[in-house]
Amino acid sequence: MIPAAFDYERVDTVDAAIAALRADEGAKLLAGGHSLLPQMKLRFVMPTKLIDIGRLHDLSYVHEDGGGVAIGALTRYHDLEASETLRQLAPIVASVAGQVGDPQVRHMGTIGGSVAHADPAGDMPSVLLALGATFVATGPGGMREIAAADMFPGLFQSALAGDEVLTEIRVPKTPGGWSYQKFTRRAQDWAVVGVAAVRMNGSANVSLTNMGLTPMRAAGVEEALAGGADPATAAERADEGTAPPSDSFGSDEYRRALAKVLVRRALEEALA
Amino acid sequence: MATTETFIGQPVLRKEDPELLTGHASYIDNWTMPGMLWMALARPPYVHATIDGIDTTEAASMPGVVGVYTATDFDLAPLPFVWPITEEIKVPVHYPLASDKVRFNGDAVAVVLAETREQALDAAEAVAVTATELPAVIDIEEAAKDEVIVHDDLGTNVVVHWSHGGGGDQSVFDSAPVIVQERYVQPRLIPNAIETRGCLAYGVPPVDEWTLVTATQIPHIAKVTLAGTTGIDEHKLRVIAPDVGGGFGSKLNVYAEEALALALARRLRRPVKWIEGRRENYVATTHGRGVLHDCTLAGTEDGTILGMKFVELADMGAYYQLLTPGIPELGGWVYMGPYDPKAYWFEFKGVVTNTTPTDAYRGAGRPEATYVIERLVDSFARRIGKDPADIRRMNLHPPHEDAQTSIMGLNVDSANYEPLLDKALGLVEYDKLRAEQRDRRERGDRTQLGIGLSTYIEMCGLAPSNILGALRYAAGGWDGATIECLPSGHVIVKTGTSPHGQSHETAWAQIVADGLGVSPDEITVLHGDTHSTPLGMDTYGSRSVAVGGVALHFAVEKIKAKARTIAAHELEVAEDDLEWADGAFRVKGAPDTAKTIPELAVSAWHAHALPAEVEPHLNATAVYDPPNFTWPAGAHVCVVEVDTETGATEIVRYVAVDDCGTIINPMIVEGQVHGGVAQGVAEALYEEAMYDESGNLTTSTMTQYLIPSATEIPAMTTDHSQETPSTTNPLGVKGIGEAGTIAAPPAVVNAVIDAVSHLGVTAIEKPASPERVWRAIQEAKGDGRAGASPGSEGGTS
Repeated sequence: MIPAAFDYERVDTVDAAIAALRADEGAKLLAGGHSLLPQMKLRFVMPTKLIDIGRLHDLSYVHEDGGGVAIGALTRYHDLEASETLRQLAPIVASVAGQVGDPQVRHMGTIGGSVAHADPAGDMPSVLLALGATFVATGPGGMREIAAADMFPGLFQSALAGDEVLTEIRVPKTPGGWSYQKFTRRAQDWAVVGVAAVRMNGSANVSLTNMGLTPMRAAGVEEALAGGADPATAAERADEGTAPPSDSFGSDEYRRALAKVLVRRALEEALA
Repeated sequence: MATTETFIGQPVLRKEDPELLTGHASYIDNWTMPGMLWMALARPPYVHATIDGIDTTEAASMPGVVGVYTATDFDLAPLPFVWPITEEIKVPVHYPLASDKVRFNGDAVAVVLAETREQALDAAEAVAVTATELPAVIDIEEAAKDEVIVHDDLGTNVVVHWSHGGGGDQSVFDSAPVIVQERYVQPRLIPNAIETRGCLAYGVPPVDEWTLVTATQIPHIAKVTLAGTTGIDEHKLRVIAPDVGGGFGSKLNVYAEEALALALARRLRRPVKWIEGRRENYVATTHGRGVLHDCTLAGTEDGTILGMKFVELADMGAYYQLLTPGIPELGGWVYMGPYDPKAYWFEFKGVVTNTTPTDAYRGAGRPEATYVIERLVDSFARRIGKDPADIRRMNLHPPHEDAQTSIMGLNVDSANYEPLLDKALGLVEYDKLRAEQRDRRERGDRTQLGIGLSTYIEMCGLAPSNILGALRYAAGGWDGATIECLPSGHVIVKTGTSPHGQSHETAWAQIVADGLGVSPDEITVLHGDTHSTPLGMDTYGSRSVAVGGVALHFAVEKIKAKARTIAAHELEVAEDDLEWADGAFRVKGAPDTAKTIPELAVSAWHAHALPAEVEPHLNATAVYDPPNFTWPAGAHVCVVEVDTETGATEIVRYVAVDDCGTIINPMIVEGQVHGGVAQGVAEALYEEAMYDESGNLTTSTMTQYLIPSATEIPAMTTDHSQETPSTTNPLGVKGIGEAGTIAAPPAVVNAVIDAVSHLGVTAIEKPASPERVWRAIQEAKGDGRAGASPGSEGGTS
């Protein structure tokens, strides 16, 4: 399919991107384009204008920042995967970046694009949720921070306002135990179900990919762990509060069963 | 240049590759012409609906639009359907555009011409159709109940019943000591050629001559049939198949878009081009498979197969395309497999549904047959607690070097099956695997090992024309070849086959090179153009080498007969005093006195001193009608690991042993096996067309329809050291294009079932998705069947 007609503007600064967003309500930001363009080709989305921020190179970085790691929103998956800083301080981010899509996607797609797209089947939103990341949005009034728990309010919805640009993502240092269990039919597919587990404060944060309308924390599992349950027992609560889809990759029932298996495996690996 | 080298049997590098690998191929979308218009089709979003009105006003007023046309604007005959397999068959009327009803998601009702492709597509979406929706029927068994009728004038959805009838003593199906009854479902598959369909029609209007360049497997058949549909005189219609990016049967057809492009180019006197989109391809190009079999195997406790019986329901889709009901019939001749049952029965009913028409898909009827036979044999082995390899070995048909009539009534050209099985078992280290499987079962490992076998035969080299006639197919099965030896030493070969990935330019050059003592580099193979290569029946059904390649052999013989006469004349010896040796005609006893074909081509060209009654120019044409089919065979073994918690399957080893008769180029054979097995693995584990409750295709993009990538396809061990020559043709060739697709699906599915059979699982349908495997395990657990089945735990006995 061919996208519906649209205008295109390339901007050189975040301020220019914000101004362009304010000038056209139907506009969308274009970063790597690997989520947006396929949807436009199917005409699921028909933006009036694409504001290309792909060359705002200042927003591509990874560096240690006090107690955590700061990641520029336009950092591409490949650069996350290759980042020594991430490999040492937040290895789950580097590892999962290397599991997204295929090499072509990883050399174009950006972490900020993935977050803003807010696909419940995306790997990165789920991982950032487990890490309790902080998201920095820049708008006409300056910068504001958004907590991970508030970032994904609905299906393909982020907490960003229509005239805000996601500029930075901050994650805590988590060099200890972690696991990402991604179950796919084909290597380059989205996860049928994914589970991120990160050891924190003696317990584990656990989040689920593709188990509902948004990426979500596995609250029941975390509660059980906090109560002293072992991984196998805690994993039995993996599907609590979820609403998994039924599609050609698997039914609701199968995804629930899969989530339990994958949570158990993730906990066994992260807490080992 | 003359040469004494021989080339048949050598892995000669493909002549096709430099052009393809450097981006110089000419696929249909590379073609453009001055004044060209773009065509797009309006396919309203209905599955089954009565058309109340079609409003083209808005579409016609859109930018760049030159015209919008509906069925009433054309005077076209119905699309070709050439295989009315029985006298009683009901044939749905199938015009290029629907006017009374939409009968499937993808049925086109209008066509738009515009200056650009984008304009045409936008306008096609703006065609407004008012319709009254009807209930849709997607499932074959539901359709067979006739509660919803797809074609009102036919009065039923059950449009054809074909019975091969029985052979042998039918009472075994009731009285045998062991009766295995199973039902197997084979879902619809969507063929995925890398290149979708597309065509360009243009002409010379003052003389009413028209050319269709189209991504097709069958330019020759398309020319004859499209002349009929469009009313263009056959001698004024030329069809060109340029470089074609794969077909797999989906381009073995003549489609509405080809007829419409021709009709519109003729009407507007401008070139008209159409390129199919991928989503459009998923609904508008034929699907494959879509069958349901009730199977019975009669056997003895010690493992002898006494009889096999198959009753099939086959999904035709909403209309017949070129061959539709002929596909299950074609499969109907191989239901004995490589075995030797003394009784058999095969029949099928074809049913129309509100879905895309089905037709040939790589293997065309034979994979469907092989899958159910091989599943059934495994079930039989499980039932009596024997090793499936042993059961196969004891039931394989005895070898024969000459043709023998099978219980199905056709002549099998030659057979030697057991060494193929032994070779495959040896390569995969079968006994070691069974031992490892036992260990894993005893330990209760999370990841279990499964070993799946498939021994198969196929019927290739379509086809003897007299048999096609008896089967009520409208055309013949011959093919043509012309060879011209130019005075430059170059040889031009014109073949009637139409390759779209099969390497005919290379393999045909090898055949001619050996025949004429000329290097393949000096041979150019022309194909796929009804003007330059008018004698042909095209490429499908693993027929090309066994028919077109053999035609080439006979053309070579004609060239050599003429060349011998000229050589004898020039050397002043009797023809009998010449022998063909080391690439030249040589005087017996004086081998240095010789004439090569390039030398004789010069003599024939200048014609200064030809013998009496020898025509100038060294050229010859042969048309070959095969006296019989050819019957390749083989044994494949697949080894899988199954995660018993998630149901995920990984193929850890795959061995393919294939006997395709004499091999022209082993590298090409290996490539065909690799591709075929990959497609078979896809069928076994991934691919399935799915529909929602309303009958809309939900697997409508490559995101949802699972084509495996290279990552999912295992490394394969191939072996084709056994070459049992065909007795059908002098080259001894049989065909290899479909073997992998025929053999692989049951090998893989049998392996998956084998991996979890100790848990009580006895059946898993295609594709064996993780969820299907997981469910089978859960159900077996629920039934408390674990350990109840003897399975194949006994290992090799």
